[in-house]
Amino acid sequence: MSQVIEMARLMQGNEAVAEGALAAGVRFFAGYPITPSTEIAEIMADRLPRLGGKFIQMEDEIAGLAAVIGASLAGLKALTATSGPGFSLMQENLGFAAMAEVPCVIVNVQRSGPSTGMPTSPAQGDVMQARWGTHGDHPVIVLSPSSVREAYDLTVRAVNLAEKYRVPVILLMDEVVGHLREKVVLPARGEVETVDRPSPKVPPGEYVPFRPEDNLVPPMANFGEGYRYHVTGLAHDEKGTPTNNPALAEQLLLRLHDKINMHLDDILLDDAKFLEDAEIVVLAYGSTARPARRAVKEARGRGIKAGLYRPLTLWPFPAKKVRELAEQAHSIIVPEMNLGQYRLEVERVVRDRARVSGVNRVHGELIEPEEITAAILEVV
Amino acid sequence: MGKSMELRLSGTGGQGLILAGIIIADAAIRDGKNSVQSQSYGPEARGGASRAEVIISDEEIDYPRVAHPNVLLVMSQEAYDKFAADLDRGGVMIIDSTYVQERPGIDGAVYTLPISSTAREQVGREMVANVVALGAMVRITGVVSRRALADALLARIPRGTEELNLKALETGWQLAEKVLH
Repeated sequence: MSQVIEMARLMQGNEAVAEGALAAGVRFFAGYPITPSTEIAEIMADRLPRLGGKFIQMEDEIAGLAAVIGASLAGLKALTATSGPGFSLMQENLGFAAMAEVPCVIVNVQRSGPSTGMPTSPAQGDVMQARWGTHGDHPVIVLSPSSVREAYDLTVRAVNLAEKYRVPVILLMDEVVGHLREKVVLPARGEVETVDRPSPKVPPGEYVPFRPEDNLVPPMANFGEGYRYHVTGLAHDEKGTPTNNPALAEQLLLRLHDKINMHLDDILLDDAKFLEDAEIVVLAYGSTARPARRAVKEARGRGIKAGLYRPLTLWPFPAKKVRELAEQAHSIIVPEMNLGQYRLEVERVVRDRARVSGVNRVHGELIEPEEITAAILEVV
Repeated sequence: MGKSMELRLSGTGGQGLILAGIIIADAAIRDGKNSVQSQSYGPEARGGASRAEVIISDEEIDYPRVAHPNVLLVMSQEAYDKFAADLDRGGVMIIDSTYVQERPGIDGAVYTLPISSTAREQVGREMVANVVALGAMVRITGVVSRRALADALLARIPRGTEELNLKALETGWQLAEKVLH
């Protein structure tokens, strides 16, 4: 049963992810429930069968993503949800999806790690894993929401980007946003923009499965539609045939990266507050952006020219924008519920153009606004 | 920053405090306000410390956690020992005397009510102690309207338990009524 949601209602972040996935056209979920992401699986198990979709609880997260990849190859928009321990298990198949260009969305509601850590406590310790968790140079898109409404919007966007660029997209949540309930008004069904994967314009006999179009994305034939081709994690030529030819292998790897890098204008999304004349920039993402926003407001109240920059697309890294911020501001502060994973990347891009510092906590609690305020006062 | 009300509902896992927080946050939206609800709990299904936090405001809510609650509900000794000192100056604390026996250093507006034992004896099920607490808390603090509270309650409980829950709400309301007069 589809229902039109037009009124303000109290909704949980994980619930918003499930709603966003369904609105984006996701009709397949396979996974293994894990705190703090379980509500997503629960809701999908309830809703998907009623929409003609499929929900499968697999034996583990390895199989979860494997089934998602299979469903996507057969033509369904597919998504799985997990947390750190499950995300670790998914890395091998994540690389397969990147190499074989299979659209899929992986939701990681981060909790304290490493290992099983503190299952019910928030963290942002998987930022680098989301970028580099699977082996080999691989393309990936990572989005990070700060509110319940944004969890909905970015889930829709994750599905759309996965389909458009044939790439795995990771929605990197954290326990705070996943479990937070707040007031939301969701768009009506018809108002949600959805994107479908590019489909072949030639008959099966003429189809070359990995020959890209001008945007470097090859049209994708769904299995069962009469197009026969080979899908492999091995380096392959345009026909999908495995190859050890150095030139072909490099050509493939470079195209996989270029198809993302040439569309940064479309992929990078961010948000800002009080940035116009900011001399101190707080760069924050996910739930940490919320105490950051309060701290920046308080700093403004004291007459300090502080601003908030919030990347919604964490990866690819918004290098151009961060470089601009470094030219404008004398200090950049990066609060994170990890020991400075994203700050490292900021430092790499900023170099000595501005002072970069962090507010880093790994105690399983959300960073407090006062901690960020103190960091601002330190660099005034 | 505009006027906002910050609530913390604290006790033991299994007492239904997270659900109680959800109901208050839902009721606030029905009253036309903004609200956020967050929670902190251990991995246990029952037992272990549990707390739900709710912020109600006319404005956008940035930070979703509560440091110094204006309203603090305490339903276990452990929660009292841990959180009583956090109460905002001028705040209201509601204590379930069924489970909180030692109360050193009380200062401010404190209401001590036999919430869990009343749920057990007058409503017939201790399981609805959270709803008895909600009735008492809203009667004392007026953080949401009674009508919105009842509507939110009915929207968030299992079908077939409406009568039991409405009775619990009324019982909590009356429990507070007695100490207010």
